[in-house]
Amino acid sequence: MIAILDYGSGNLRSAQRAFALTGHETIVTSDPEICLASDGLVVPGVGAYGACMEQLIAAGGRDVILKRVAAGGPLLGICVGMQILFTAGSEKGPHSGVGIFTGEVSEIAAPILPHIGWNNVRASEESTLFRGLKDERFYFVHSYAAKEGVAEAINSYCNYGEDFLAAVERGPVSTVQFHPEKSGAVGARLISNWAETL
Amino acid sequence: MTLAKRVIPCLDVAAGRVVKGVNFINLVDAGDPVALAKIYGEAGADELTFLDISASVEERSTTLEMVSRTAEQVFIPLTVGGGIREVGDVDRLLRAGADKVSVNTAAILRPQLINEIADRFGDQVLVLSVDARRGQTLSGYEVTTHGGRKGTGMDAFAWIADATSRGVGEILLNSMDADGTRAGYDTEMIAQVREITHVPLIASGGAGALEDFSAALAAGADALLAASVFHFQTFTISQVKEHLALHGYPVRL
Repeated sequence: MIAILDYGSGNLRSAQRAFALTGHETIVTSDPEICLASDGLVVPGVGAYGACMEQLIAAGGRDVILKRVAAGGPLLGICVGMQILFTAGSEKGPHSGVGIFTGEVSEIAAPILPHIGWNNVRASEESTLFRGLKDERFYFVHSYAAKEGVAEAINSYCNYGEDFLAAVERGPVSTVQFHPEKSGAVGARLISNWAETL
Repeated sequence: MTLAKRVIPCLDVAAGRVVKGVNFINLVDAGDPVALAKIYGEAGADELTFLDISASVEERSTTLEMVSRTAEQVFIPLTVGGGIREVGDVDRLLRAGADKVSVNTAAILRPQLINEIADRFGDQVLVLSVDARRGQTLSGYEVTTHGGRKGTGMDAFAWIADATSRGVGEILLNSMDADGTRAGYDTEMIAQVREITHVPLIASGGAGALEDFSAALAAGADALLAASVFHFQTFTISQVKEHLALHGYPVRL
Protein backbone atom coordinates (compact mmCIF):
# COMPACT_ATOMS: atom_id res chain seq x y z
CA MET A 1 0.00 0.00 0.00
CA ILE A 2 1.13 3.54 -0.89
CA ALA A 3 0.31 6.26 1.63
CA ILE A 4 -0.16 9.94 0.71
CA LEU A 5 0.78 12.11 3.67
CA ASP A 6 -2.10 14.42 4.58
CA TYR A 7 -0.83 17.45 6.45
CA GLY A 8 -3.23 19.97 5.00
CA SER A 9 -1.16 20.85 1.96
CA GLY A 10 -1.30 19.78 -1.63
CA ASN A 11 -3.94 18.57 -4.00
CA LEU A 12 -4.15 15.14 -2.40
CA ARG A 13 -6.93 13.85 -4.59
CA SER A 14 -5.01 14.69 -7.76
CA ALA A 15 -2.13 12.59 -6.55
CA GLN A 16 -4.48 9.80 -5.52
CA ARG A 17 -6.23 9.80 -8.91
CA ALA A 18 -2.94 9.78 -10.80
CA PHE A 19 -1.78 6.73 -8.83
CA ALA A 20 -5.15 5.04 -9.43
CA LEU A 21 -4.75 5.67 -13.16
CA THR A 22 -1.49 3.75 -13.10
CA GLY A 23 -3.11 0.89 -11.18
CA HIS A 24 -1.81 1.70 -7.72
CA GLU A 25 -4.09 1.94 -4.74
CA THR A 26 -3.30 4.69 -2.24
CA ILE A 27 -4.52 5.85 1.13
CA VAL A 28 -4.59 9.53 2.12
CA THR A 29 -3.66 9.66 5.78
CA SER A 30 -1.90 11.57 8.55
CA ASP A 31 -1.64 8.47 10.76
CA PRO A 32 2.10 8.02 11.55
CA GLU A 33 1.82 4.24 11.88
CA ILE A 34 0.15 3.80 8.49
CA CYS A 35 2.69 6.17 6.93
CA LEU A 36 5.63 4.31 8.45
CA ALA A 37 4.25 0.87 7.56
CA SER A 38 3.36 1.78 3.95
CA ASP A 39 5.36 0.43 0.99
CA GLY A 40 5.80 3.96 -0.30
CA LEU A 41 5.08 7.37 1.22
CA VAL A 42 4.12 10.31 -0.99
CA VAL A 43 4.76 13.80 0.45
CA PRO A 44 2.88 16.44 -1.55
CA GLY A 45 2.99 20.18 -0.92
CA VAL A 46 1.54 23.35 -2.37
CA GLY A 47 1.96 26.95 -1.25
CA ALA A 48 4.63 28.79 0.70
CA TYR A 49 7.60 27.00 2.27
CA GLY A 50 7.14 28.30 5.82
CA ALA A 51 3.40 27.60 5.89
CA CYS A 52 3.99 24.05 4.61
CA MET A 53 6.65 23.39 7.27
CA GLU A 54 4.37 24.71 10.00
CA GLN A 55 1.54 22.47 8.88
CA LEU A 56 3.89 19.52 8.48
CA ILE A 57 5.26 19.88 12.01
CA ALA A 58 1.77 20.40 13.49
CA ALA A 59 0.53 17.21 11.81
CA GLY A 60 3.54 15.21 13.04
CA GLY A 61 4.73 14.79 9.45
CA ARG A 62 8.28 15.96 10.10
CA ASP A 63 8.90 13.12 12.54
CA VAL A 64 7.25 10.64 10.20
CA ILE A 65 9.59 11.68 7.36
CA LEU A 66 12.71 11.53 9.55
CA LYS A 67 11.82 8.10 10.95
CA ARG A 68 10.87 6.75 7.58
CA VAL A 69 14.06 7.87 5.86
CA ALA A 70 16.18 6.62 8.77
CA ALA A 71 14.51 3.22 8.35
CA GLY A 72 15.19 3.23 4.59
CA GLY A 73 11.50 3.43 3.61
CA PRO A 74 10.80 4.72 0.08
CA LEU A 75 9.47 8.27 -0.12
CA LEU A 76 8.39 10.50 -3.01
CA GLY A 77 8.35 14.28 -2.43
CA ILE A 78 6.39 16.42 -4.88
CA CYS A 79 6.84 20.20 -5.43
CA VAL A 80 7.00 21.87 -1.99
CA GLY A 81 7.08 18.29 -0.70
CA MET A 82 10.53 18.13 -2.34
CA GLN A 83 11.64 21.57 -1.16
CA ILE A 84 10.93 20.93 2.54
CA LEU A 85 13.33 17.97 2.49
CA PHE A 86 16.23 20.44 2.12
CA THR A 87 18.01 22.20 5.01
CA ALA A 88 16.25 25.53 4.56
CA GLY A 89 14.07 27.72 2.37
CA SER A 90 14.07 31.50 1.91
CA GLU A 91 10.47 32.04 0.71
CA LYS A 92 8.91 34.92 2.70
CA GLY A 93 11.82 34.89 5.17
CA PRO A 94 14.19 32.12 6.29
CA HIS A 95 12.66 28.79 7.30
CA SER A 96 14.21 25.52 8.43
CA GLY A 97 13.35 22.43 6.44
CA VAL A 98 13.36 18.76 7.41
CA GLY A 99 17.03 18.54 6.43
CA ILE A 100 17.22 15.22 4.61
CA PHE A 101 19.19 16.92 1.82
CA THR A 102 21.85 19.56 2.51
CA GLY A 103 21.06 22.70 0.57
CA GLU A 104 18.89 25.77 0.37
CA VAL A 105 15.72 26.46 -1.60
CA SER A 106 15.83 30.00 -3.02
CA GLU A 107 14.06 32.15 -5.57
CA ILE A 108 14.75 31.33 -9.21
CA ALA A 109 16.60 34.08 -11.08
CA ALA A 110 14.14 34.68 -13.93
CA PRO A 111 12.34 37.83 -15.08
CA ILE A 112 8.88 36.23 -15.07
CA LEU A 113 7.79 34.31 -11.98
CA PRO A 114 6.19 31.98 -10.98
CA HIS A 115 7.66 29.42 -13.36
CA ILE A 116 4.37 28.03 -14.66
CA GLY A 117 3.94 25.46 -17.39
CA TRP A 118 5.58 22.60 -19.24
CA ASN A 119 9.36 22.55 -19.22
CA ASN A 120 12.01 20.01 -20.24
CA VAL A 121 13.82 17.96 -17.64
CA ARG A 122 17.40 16.93 -18.39
CA ALA A 123 17.14 13.57 -16.72
CA SER A 124 20.26 11.91 -15.37
CA GLU A 125 21.22 8.74 -17.26
CA GLU A 126 21.24 6.90 -13.93
CA SER A 127 17.72 7.94 -13.00
CA THR A 128 15.09 5.34 -12.17
CA LEU A 129 12.25 7.88 -12.06
CA PHE A 130 12.89 9.00 -15.63
CA ARG A 131 13.34 5.57 -17.17
CA GLY A 132 12.00 5.94 -20.72
CA LEU A 133 11.46 9.66 -20.15
CA LYS A 134 14.61 11.37 -21.34
CA ASP A 135 14.10 15.06 -22.07
CA GLU A 136 10.30 15.13 -21.69
CA ARG A 137 8.24 18.14 -20.62
CA PHE A 138 6.60 18.13 -17.17
CA TYR A 139 4.25 20.62 -15.54
CA PHE A 140 5.86 23.06 -13.09
CA VAL A 141 4.30 25.69 -10.81
CA HIS A 142 6.78 27.36 -8.44
CA SER A 143 9.04 30.37 -7.88
CA TYR A 144 11.62 28.74 -5.60
CA ALA A 145 13.94 25.78 -6.11
CA ALA A 146 17.14 24.11 -4.94
CA LYS A 147 19.99 24.94 -7.31
CA GLU A 148 23.01 22.92 -6.16
CA GLY A 149 23.16 19.20 -6.90
CA VAL A 150 22.79 17.01 -3.82
CA ALA A 151 25.93 15.04 -2.90
CA GLU A 152 25.93 11.32 -3.66
CA ALA A 153 22.55 11.63 -5.35
CA ILE A 154 21.17 11.31 -8.86
CA ASN A 155 20.40 14.91 -9.81
CA SER A 156 18.22 15.91 -12.78
CA TYR A 157 17.91 19.52 -13.88
CA CYS A 158 15.56 22.01 -15.48
CA ASN A 159 16.40 25.45 -16.81
CA TYR A 160 14.31 28.59 -16.39
CA GLY A 161 16.49 31.66 -16.18
CA GLU A 162 19.05 29.41 -14.51
CA ASP A 163 19.57 25.71 -13.83
CA PHE A 164 17.75 24.26 -10.84
CA LEU A 165 17.02 20.79 -9.51
CA ALA A 166 14.00 19.20 -11.15
CA ALA A 167 14.50 15.88 -9.34
CA VAL A 168 16.78 14.27 -6.80
CA GLU A 169 17.04 10.52 -6.14
CA ARG A 170 19.13 9.26 -3.27
CA GLY A 171 18.63 5.83 -1.76
CA PRO A 172 14.98 5.47 -0.74
CA VAL A 173 14.26 9.18 -1.22
CA SER A 174 12.94 10.41 -4.59
CA THR A 175 11.81 13.97 -5.17
CA VAL A 176 10.43 16.00 -8.05
CA GLN A 177 9.93 19.77 -8.28
CA PHE A 178 7.21 19.44 -10.95
CA HIS A 179 3.76 17.87 -10.66
CA PRO A 180 3.78 14.37 -12.17
CA GLU A 181 0.10 14.04 -11.25
CA LYS A 182 -0.64 16.94 -13.63
CA SER A 183 1.84 16.01 -16.35
CA GLY A 184 -0.40 13.82 -18.48
CA ALA A 185 1.00 10.58 -19.88
CA VAL A 186 4.66 11.34 -19.06
CA GLY A 187 3.72 12.09 -15.46
CA ALA A 188 1.83 8.81 -15.22
CA ARG A 189 4.89 7.00 -16.53
CA LEU A 190 7.09 8.62 -13.88
CA ILE A 191 4.63 7.64 -11.15
CA SER A 192 4.67 4.07 -12.46
CA ASN A 193 8.46 4.06 -12.54
CA TRP A 194 8.51 4.98 -8.86
CA ALA A 195 5.69 2.66 -7.79
CA GLU A 196 7.34 -0.29 -9.53
CA THR A 197 10.41 0.06 -7.33
CA LEU A 198 8.37 -0.47 -4.15
CA MET B 1 14.85 23.31 -24.15
CA THR B 2 12.83 25.99 -22.54
CA LEU B 3 9.45 26.67 -21.00
CA ALA B 4 6.70 25.95 -23.54
CA LYS B 5 4.17 28.59 -24.48
CA ARG B 6 0.81 27.27 -23.31
CA VAL B 7 -2.36 26.84 -25.36
CA ILE B 8 -5.49 26.82 -23.19
CA PRO B 9 -9.05 26.12 -24.37
CA CYS B 10 -11.75 27.81 -22.28
CA LEU B 11 -15.20 26.33 -21.68
CA ASP B 12 -18.23 28.16 -20.32
CA VAL B 13 -20.23 26.00 -17.95
CA ALA B 14 -23.43 26.46 -15.99
CA ALA B 15 -25.01 23.87 -13.70
CA GLY B 16 -22.32 21.39 -14.69
CA ARG B 17 -23.02 21.64 -18.42
CA VAL B 18 -21.05 23.27 -21.17
CA VAL B 19 -23.06 26.15 -22.57
CA LYS B 20 -22.54 28.83 -25.20
CA GLY B 21 -21.30 27.78 -28.55
CA VAL B 22 -19.69 24.39 -28.62
CA ASN B 23 -20.14 22.69 -31.96
CA PHE B 24 -17.94 19.64 -32.06
CA ILE B 25 -18.26 17.29 -34.96
CA ASN B 26 -18.35 13.64 -33.86
CA LEU B 27 -19.41 14.46 -30.33
CA VAL B 28 -22.73 13.01 -29.25
CA ASP B 29 -23.19 15.36 -26.32
CA ALA B 30 -21.44 18.70 -26.76
CA GLY B 31 -22.71 19.75 -23.35
CA ASP B 32 -20.71 17.17 -21.45
CA PRO B 33 -17.72 18.99 -19.92
CA VAL B 34 -15.88 15.77 -19.07
CA ALA B 35 -16.05 14.50 -22.65
CA LEU B 36 -14.84 17.84 -24.00
CA ALA B 37 -12.09 18.11 -21.41
CA LYS B 38 -10.85 14.65 -22.38
CA ILE B 39 -10.88 15.53 -26.07
CA TYR B 40 -8.91 18.73 -25.44
CA GLY B 41 -6.54 16.93 -23.10
CA GLU B 42 -5.83 14.28 -25.72
CA ALA B 43 -5.55 16.95 -28.42
CA GLY B 44 -2.60 18.50 -26.59
CA ALA B 45 -4.14 21.30 -24.49
CA ASP B 46 -1.58 22.44 -21.94
CA GLU B 47 -4.25 23.39 -19.42
CA LEU B 48 -8.01 23.73 -19.33
CA THR B 49 -10.10 26.61 -18.06
CA PHE B 50 -13.72 26.33 -16.99
CA LEU B 51 -15.64 29.54 -16.59
CA ASP B 52 -18.61 28.93 -14.31
CA ILE B 53 -21.46 31.18 -15.41
CA SER B 54 -24.04 29.57 -13.11
CA ALA B 55 -26.69 31.92 -11.84
CA SER B 56 -27.49 30.26 -8.52
CA VAL B 57 -25.79 28.62 -5.56
CA GLU B 58 -27.50 25.31 -6.41
CA GLU B 59 -26.09 25.40 -9.91
CA ARG B 60 -22.62 26.06 -8.53
CA SER B 61 -22.70 22.94 -6.42
CA THR B 62 -23.47 20.99 -9.60
CA THR B 63 -20.44 22.66 -11.16
CA LEU B 64 -18.32 21.36 -8.27
CA GLU B 65 -19.36 17.80 -9.14
CA MET B 66 -18.46 18.49 -12.76
CA VAL B 67 -14.99 19.73 -11.74
CA SER B 68 -14.56 16.58 -9.70
CA ARG B 69 -15.60 14.28 -12.57
CA THR B 70 -13.27 16.12 -14.95
CA ALA B 71 -10.30 15.94 -12.57
CA GLU B 72 -10.98 12.22 -12.26
CA GLN B 73 -10.13 11.70 -15.90
CA VAL B 74 -8.01 14.58 -17.14
CA PHE B 75 -4.43 14.84 -15.93
CA ILE B 76 -3.52 18.33 -16.98
CA PRO B 77 -4.00 21.48 -14.87
CA LEU B 78 -7.52 22.73 -14.46
CA THR B 79 -8.43 26.36 -13.72
CA VAL B 80 -11.94 27.28 -12.62
CA GLY B 81 -13.27 30.82 -12.61
CA GLY B 82 -16.61 32.48 -11.95
CA GLY B 83 -18.54 33.15 -8.77
CA ILE B 84 -15.60 33.01 -6.36
CA ARG B 85 -16.35 35.44 -3.54
CA GLU B 86 -14.60 34.02 -0.50
CA VAL B 87 -11.76 31.74 0.56
CA GLY B 88 -14.28 28.96 1.21
CA ASP B 89 -15.24 28.94 -2.48
CA VAL B 90 -11.59 28.40 -3.40
CA ASP B 91 -11.22 25.64 -0.84
CA ARG B 92 -14.25 23.80 -2.25
CA LEU B 93 -12.99 24.08 -5.83
CA LEU B 94 -9.49 22.88 -4.97
CA ARG B 95 -10.91 19.97 -3.01
CA ALA B 96 -13.08 19.08 -6.01
CA GLY B 97 -9.95 18.86 -8.15
CA ALA B 98 -9.26 22.34 -9.53
CA ASP B 99 -5.57 23.31 -9.55
CA LYS B 100 -6.08 27.04 -9.90
CA VAL B 101 -8.91 29.50 -9.60
CA SER B 102 -9.49 32.75 -11.41
CA VAL B 103 -11.11 35.73 -9.74
CA ASN B 104 -12.48 38.86 -11.34
CA THR B 105 -15.43 40.95 -10.08
CA ALA B 106 -15.27 39.86 -6.44
CA ALA B 107 -11.63 40.96 -6.21
CA ILE B 108 -12.50 44.34 -7.73
CA LEU B 109 -15.25 44.81 -5.14
CA ARG B 110 -13.00 43.62 -2.30
CA PRO B 111 -9.28 43.50 -3.17
CA GLN B 112 -8.43 41.97 0.22
CA LEU B 113 -9.89 38.71 -1.18
CA ILE B 114 -6.65 38.33 -3.17
CA ASN B 115 -4.52 38.52 0.00
CA GLU B 116 -6.79 36.03 1.75
CA ILE B 117 -6.59 33.46 -1.06
CA ALA B 118 -2.83 33.92 -1.61
CA ASP B 119 -2.03 33.69 2.10
CA ARG B 120 -3.98 30.46 2.48
CA PHE B 121 -3.15 28.64 -0.78
CA GLY B 122 -0.16 30.49 -2.23
CA ASP B 123 0.06 33.02 -5.08
CA GLN B 124 0.39 30.28 -7.67
CA VAL B 125 -3.22 29.16 -7.16
CA LEU B 126 -4.64 32.50 -8.20
CA VAL B 127 -5.23 33.77 -11.72
CA LEU B 128 -6.37 37.38 -11.83
CA SER B 129 -8.85 37.77 -14.67
CA VAL B 130 -8.93 41.33 -15.98
CA ASP B 131 -11.60 42.38 -18.48
CA ALA B 132 -10.12 45.56 -19.93
CA ARG B 133 -11.19 47.96 -22.67
CA ARG B 134 -9.97 51.29 -23.96
CA GLY B 135 -11.30 54.12 -21.81
CA GLN B 136 -10.66 57.48 -20.20
CA THR B 137 -8.21 56.39 -17.52
CA LEU B 138 -4.53 57.16 -16.94
CA SER B 139 -3.23 54.15 -18.90
CA GLY B 140 -5.98 54.40 -21.49
CA TYR B 141 -7.44 51.05 -20.39
CA GLU B 142 -10.39 50.64 -18.04
CA VAL B 143 -11.40 47.62 -15.98
CA THR B 144 -14.91 46.38 -16.73
CA THR B 145 -17.23 43.87 -15.08
CA HIS B 146 -20.13 41.77 -16.33
CA GLY B 147 -18.32 40.63 -19.43
CA GLY B 148 -17.39 44.14 -20.49
CA ARG B 149 -20.88 45.58 -20.11
CA LYS B 150 -20.16 47.67 -17.01
CA GLY B 151 -17.31 50.13 -16.70
CA THR B 152 -15.72 50.66 -13.30
CA GLY B 153 -13.74 53.81 -13.97
CA MET B 154 -10.73 51.91 -12.57
CA ASP B 155 -7.45 52.11 -14.39
CA ALA B 156 -6.56 48.61 -15.63
CA PHE B 157 -2.81 48.98 -15.16
CA ALA B 158 -3.15 50.41 -11.64
CA TRP B 159 -5.43 47.48 -10.78
CA ILE B 160 -2.96 44.94 -12.15
CA ALA B 161 -0.13 46.54 -10.13
CA ASP B 162 -2.22 46.56 -6.96
CA ALA B 163 -3.47 42.99 -7.37
CA THR B 164 0.00 41.67 -8.20
CA SER B 165 1.46 43.24 -5.05
CA ARG B 166 -1.24 41.44 -3.04
CA GLY B 167 -0.32 38.02 -4.43
CA VAL B 168 -1.33 36.80 -7.88
CA GLY B 169 0.30 33.95 -9.81
CA GLU B 170 -0.83 34.88 -13.31
CA ILE B 171 -2.86 37.46 -15.17
CA LEU B 172 -5.56 36.47 -17.63
CA LEU B 173 -5.87 39.57 -19.78
CA ASN B 174 -9.18 39.67 -21.62
CA SER B 175 -9.57 42.38 -24.21
CA MET B 176 -13.19 43.51 -24.24
CA ASP B 177 -12.47 45.44 -27.42
CA ALA B 178 -11.21 42.32 -29.22
CA ASP B 179 -13.45 39.71 -27.57
CA GLY B 180 -15.73 37.97 -30.04
CA THR B 181 -14.36 39.85 -33.05
CA ARG B 182 -11.99 37.10 -34.19
CA ALA B 183 -9.84 39.98 -35.46
CA GLY B 184 -6.86 38.99 -33.35
CA TYR B 185 -5.64 39.39 -29.78
CA ASP B 186 -5.14 42.95 -28.54
CA THR B 187 -1.37 42.92 -29.05
CA GLU B 188 -1.00 46.59 -28.18
CA MET B 189 -2.49 46.03 -24.72
CA ILE B 190 -0.55 42.77 -24.21
CA ALA B 191 2.76 44.52 -24.94
CA GLN B 192 1.96 47.33 -22.52
CA VAL B 193 0.84 45.00 -19.71
CA ARG B 194 3.95 42.87 -20.23
CA GLU B 195 5.98 45.98 -19.37
CA ILE B 196 4.31 46.53 -16.01
CA THR B 197 4.09 43.03 -14.54
CA HIS B 198 6.48 40.20 -13.72
CA VAL B 199 3.91 37.38 -13.52
CA PRO B 200 2.96 35.17 -16.48
CA LEU B 201 0.46 36.72 -18.86
CA ILE B 202 -2.34 34.77 -20.52
CA ALA B 203 -3.77 36.50 -23.59
CA SER B 204 -7.50 36.21 -24.16
CA GLY B 205 -10.08 37.58 -26.56
CA GLY B 206 -10.06 37.92 -30.33
CA ALA B 207 -8.30 34.80 -31.63
CA GLY B 208 -9.55 34.07 -35.14
CA ALA B 209 -6.55 33.04 -37.25
CA LEU B 210 -3.35 31.08 -36.64
CA GLU B 211 -1.27 34.25 -37.05
CA ASP B 212 -3.12 35.78 -34.09
CA PHE B 213 -1.54 33.28 -31.72
CA SER B 214 2.05 33.97 -32.77
CA ALA B 215 1.33 37.72 -32.76
CA ALA B 216 0.23 37.54 -29.11
CA LEU B 217 3.42 35.72 -28.18
CA ALA B 218 5.49 38.28 -30.08
CA ALA B 219 3.75 40.96 -28.00
CA GLY B 220 4.85 39.23 -24.81
CA ALA B 221 2.16 36.73 -23.82
CA ASP B 222 3.24 33.52 -22.04
CA ALA B 223 0.04 31.61 -22.71
CA LEU B 224 -2.87 31.78 -25.12
CA LEU B 225 -6.48 31.23 -24.20
CA ALA B 226 -9.18 30.72 -26.81
CA ALA B 227 -12.72 29.39 -26.93
CA SER B 228 -14.77 29.48 -30.10
CA VAL B 229 -11.97 28.75 -32.57
CA PHE B 230 -11.49 25.43 -30.77
CA HIS B 231 -15.16 24.72 -30.01
CA PHE B 232 -16.09 25.19 -33.68
CA GLN B 233 -13.00 23.37 -34.88
CA THR B 234 -11.79 26.32 -36.93
CA PHE B 235 -8.46 24.72 -36.17
CA THR B 236 -7.10 22.18 -33.76
CA ILE B 237 -4.75 22.72 -30.84
CA SER B 238 -2.08 20.84 -32.81
CA GLN B 239 -2.44 23.22 -35.73
CA VAL B 240 -1.94 26.18 -33.40
CA LYS B 241 1.13 24.56 -31.86
CA GLU B 242 2.62 23.61 -35.21
CA HIS B 243 2.14 27.20 -36.33
CA LEU B 244 3.89 28.47 -33.18
CA ALA B 245 6.73 25.98 -33.57
CA LEU B 246 7.20 27.11 -37.17
CA HIS B 247 7.62 30.65 -35.86
CA GLY B 248 10.27 29.51 -33.41
CA TYR B 249 8.23 29.38 -30.22
CA PRO B 250 8.73 26.45 -27.81
CA VAL B 251 5.59 24.32 -27.52
CA ARG B 252 4.72 20.93 -26.06
CA LEU B 253 3.95 18.75 -29.05
